[in-house]
Amino acid sequence: MEIQEIFGVLKEKFGDAIIDLVNEPPSDPFINVVPDKLFDICLELRDNPEFDFDYLMCLSGVDYPETLQVVYHLYSLNKKHKVVLKVTVPKDNPKVPSIERVWRSADWHEREAYDLFGIVFEGHHNLIRILLPYDWEGHPLRKDYKEPETYHGIRVPY
Amino acid sequence: MTTTKFVDIDFSRIESDRMRLNVGPQHPSTHGVLRLEVELDGEVVTNVIPHIGYLHRCFEKIAENMNYQQVIPYVDRMDYISSMNNELPYVMAVEKLMGIKVPEKVEYIRVIMAELNRIANHQIAVATFGLDAGAFTPFLYLFRDREYILWIFEKATGGRLLFNYFWVGGLANDVYPTFKEDVLNIVKQVRKTNKEIEELLIYNKIFIDRTANVGVLPADVAINYGCSGPVLRGSGVPFDLRKAEPYSIYDRFDFEIPVGKGEVGTVGDCWDRNIVRMREMEQSCRIIEQAIAQMPDSGDVQSAIPKKVRPPKGEVYFRCENPKGELGFYVISDGKDKPYRVKGRAPSFVNLSVLPEISRGYLFADLIVILGSIDIVLGEVDR
Repeated sequence: MEIQEIFGVLKEKFGDAIIDLVNEPPSDPFINVVPDKLFDICLELRDNPEFDFDYLMCLSGVDYPETLQVVYHLYSLNKKHKVVLKVTVPKDNPKVPSIERVWRSADWHEREAYDLFGIVFEGHHNLIRILLPYDWEGHPLRKDYKEPETYHGIRVPY
Repeated sequence: MTTTKFVDIDFSRIESDRMRLNVGPQHPSTHGVLRLEVELDGEVVTNVIPHIGYLHRCFEKIAENMNYQQVIPYVDRMDYISSMNNELPYVMAVEKLMGIKVPEKVEYIRVIMAELNRIANHQIAVATFGLDAGAFTPFLYLFRDREYILWIFEKATGGRLLFNYFWVGGLANDVYPTFKEDVLNIVKQVRKTNKEIEELLIYNKIFIDRTANVGVLPADVAINYGCSGPVLRGSGVPFDLRKAEPYSIYDRFDFEIPVGKGEVGTVGDCWDRNIVRMREMEQSCRIIEQAIAQMPDSGDVQSAIPKKVRPPKGEVYFRCENPKGELGFYVISDGKDKPYRVKGRAPSFVNLSVLPEISRGYLFADLIVILGSIDIVLGEVDR
């Protein structure tokens, strides 16, 4: 299925929850969705045999000046088509529903996005840091991040 | 096969002590600084919690403060035993953003280098997997052969492990005059050694007993966990990005996708994951032979390199078939000479997350074999 068709079917089913489709080559086209309905949309994308998106390629957090964004790259092994979903959340309350129960590969990806961006994935069974030490403070991939002077008495800026 | 499956034993009737065991971070059989927190019931694994991040060095943060070209050496250091394959998706992502078409000769050299490195990676994977299962000798044979491949890399690029050879739009330098003969000799040598390894290791009774029916990963679980590469194909899913969405010039070559068939055990066990790697080496040899035959002799490998790498605003996710699985780079450009965001989707990171799922119910000694069969590199897991 082409991205236009996928967008059309989703728009019909979820209405206002699907915001828009952005298609500006050479960038990959992507669909903006609202965070609240994300879990249902993902479930539909996985379980509807027309879509059959069984494979989550990548889940990335992105820090923009005003907002935080989570980008989902989905792929279907059988139908060989892909789609990119984006949810945008405000910086002071970055909450996104977890899709760990839809694709288990999201488990570690979401933990990584939480670790490095501070995006809270609601409903995740074990949302703890994964790459940084468990007692680390702050989220380093945010653009305004300042590294601490010391960590357990070790000087950080080397 | 009459191997007992330990998952079938009724453990409720066996009394044993529960124990929590720490494996790593410094342990010879963990393939790097990985810590596994293992919950044991007697000698049977009931749960595994991987703790990663010991090698975390903020690759993504560093990349945001570098020029596009300066990121390439850092990409090398993700999966440091198949660096050529790491560079490929990154440079192709940037080329896609900038709309660069690279010369024919560059494409061929890239494919040959990537496939040579795939062989080198699989040689390490099979060798250390044998080591995990207690077979020491194949390790020596395979490392000797890998050394020959590294000699070619050293002659062509100057580096043995970390190359910085693929540049945006071209290559750092052309290959040396006797490159083709050297590569064809390597192919011969790889085939010869692989035959020996099949006799020495793969169909060895002890090896089969250690690896068949162990760590069985069903296909649907593998897909749901996002597994890729030999881990996914070992479960019988014929998915290879070189075929599914051919990038570079892979559509010009004739090769097959080896999958696990449960030859000596169940589909998706450790033996299957290992045999996929063995068979892939043969397929890589075939690709290399075809590429050598088709490769144009003349051509400037630097003609398409842009003076300034400054992609227009936009974002792209580009993925390639790495020896370990799908390596993708999500590159966002804001029109400046530094990337706004680079995310590396590392295959080892995703493949490792399936470890708790497939090691429950097996013996502790099998856990090491299962971990070896996933073939992870911690430089890539932690980035």
